[in-house]
Amino acid sequence: MKITGYAIKFGDNVDTDVILPGKYLVLMDPKELAKHAMKGLDPTFPDKAKKGVIVVGGKNFGCGSSREQAPLALKHAGVQCVLAESFARIFFRNAINIGLPVSECKGILAAVDNGDELTVDLEAGKIQNFSKKASFQVSKLPLFILEILLDGGLIENLRRRLNTK
Amino acid sequence: MNISEKILAKASGKNVVHVGEIAEAKVDMIMVHDLTGPLAVEAFKRIGVSHVWDNQKVVIVLDHQVPAESVKAAELHKMLRKFAKDQKIQIYDVGKGGICHQVMPEKGHVLPGTVIVGADSHTCTYGAFGAFATGIGSTEAAAVFATGKIWLRVPQTIKINVEGSFQKYVTPKDLILSIIGKVGVDGATYKSVEFSGPVISAMSMAGRMTLCNMTVEMGAKNGIVEPDGITLKFLEGRTTKALVPFESLKSDTDASYEKVIDIDIADLASQVACPSSVDNVKSVCEIGNVQIEQAFIGSCTNGRIEDLRLAAKILNGKRVKDSVRALVIPASQEVYLQALTEGLIEIFTEAGALICSSTCGPCLGGHMGLLASGETCVSTSNRNFIGRMGSTGAKVYLASPATVAASALTGRITDPRELEAQKA
Ligand code: SF4
Repeated sequence: MKITGYAIKFGDNVDTDVILPGKYLVLMDPKELAKHAMKGLDPTFPDKAKKGVIVVGGKNFGCGSSREQAPLALKHAGVQCVLAESFARIFFRNAINIGLPVSECKGILAAVDNGDELTVDLEAGKIQNFSKKASFQVSKLPLFILEILLDGGLIENLRRRLNTK
Repeated sequence: MNISEKILAKASGKNVVHVGEIAEAKVDMIMVHDLTGPLAVEAFKRIGVSHVWDNQKVVIVLDHQVPAESVKAAELHKMLRKFAKDQKIQIYDVGKGGICHQVMPEKGHVLPGTVIVGADSHTCTYGAFGAFATGIGSTEAAAVFATGKIWLRVPQTIKINVEGSFQKYVTPKDLILSIIGKVGVDGATYKSVEFSGPVISAMSMAGRMTLCNMTVEMGAKNGIVEPDGITLKFLEGRTTKALVPFESLKSDTDASYEKVIDIDIADLASQVACPSSVDNVKSVCEIGNVQIEQAFIGSCTNGRIEDLRLAAKILNGKRVKDSVRALVIPASQEVYLQALTEGLIEIFTEAGALICSSTCGPCLGGHMGLLASGETCVSTSNRNFIGRMGSTGAKVYLASPATVAASALTGRITDPRELEAQKA
């Protein structure tokens, strides 16, 4: 699974209340959610993300509430993948379950600048930064998690495994 | 093994589990609420199975935006009611329950030794009862609806041993704030936090719930306390199910911990988490003059009867400062009724505080008391993130019910012991 996009950087402890403020949780349509992605930090984010971006974050990305609307808003705003120094656990699971690739990469914040062009190869655990002509290795996701992502999310994965129609 | 490992081993049909291994655990109970439930129901429908795996093990609580604050919310509530009816699932509707994390234990859905998942990050509250309880998202909840199982990595455990005794007006909330201040907002990410020691053994269920509730604010997967006589007393009359022998849940004396933190609370003062991070913790006496416009007593962290009693003690016979809006939200209908019976509602009303119906309310900036830009609120809830309670230009300080009540009287964040001293 290879993902390419331009980097948009954020700092440590980006919480789910800034990714998607609580008052938008009544919205069910992912496209509507996407309009408010990252509202707490950068209201222009949905515009920037449209062309397909890779979000690069610091420590504890996605901390706070269990709202799945947070990764959903990012995904539908155009985010292809989130790379961070570390993730809050519920956000990490949610992202995978809705089919938004995430990868924990130590040192990523220092290795990437805003606007850098990145390619992420999840199977190989490899990230390439074309703008800096650098590449590095990250820990690979366990196989069953990779399969959920390849299937497009947990529901699709479950449909395949349970063989439902 | 420690208590968390014992529960996960049993739930995954093994004799032992080790840190780092993936346990495929059977789920004993799952909860979703009005903001996470609708997505879970939609995802469940996409899976293509007709019924939840066990309708006795699924609970829906309407609590975040009740009574419906908008037509959108009303539609979501309607959809959940229908799902509950079709699937014969227990639903706690408007007026019948309250905040999910209060309702679940009150109604006997939380039992020691069980695995509970909930589509809400503060599901970790139930660890207070010796359950392994953790938050998940909506899609994962849908998968549990269908299969009754979930994968969980067996976490490392941080043990926190607490000794000493609380000073007057210093509470479990102050203790957990000071712990988060030391450990940091990501200091326990993916880990389990086990509370023990004489202070915990003597602590009420309300206090233990406050501690476990906030473990997610340091990133933890779950918080947990070994069940004991106090747990049993709470459960009396709330469940008819057979309980596992508590002995089987005790952490072994040779259980392994990633780290053990010893805390003596003899000198612990009233704490406050300053904007906009829960680990930005200081003693109230250190923060100087912080004026407030709103004081909020409620939420799944501190909306229990014990919290209301403490706040009422401070507000009794006094007036909330003119420049302050004080909101009191009992965590459940049961708490509300108890507060009414004890005369607390009268004390709050006479003091000029507004009592709202049992709901999450302003805690997540949904409705009932949002903040305008430039305003400051001192709150008994658990998160002070930017925009959490309304405008991104507002500030939220987290504190104990005693500190919030004292602050409501003075109009600035105030150590309750300061008012005591003035009286003397
Ligand atoms: S009271 Fe606040 S923290 Fe608790 S469940 Fe409701 S919104 Fe979440």
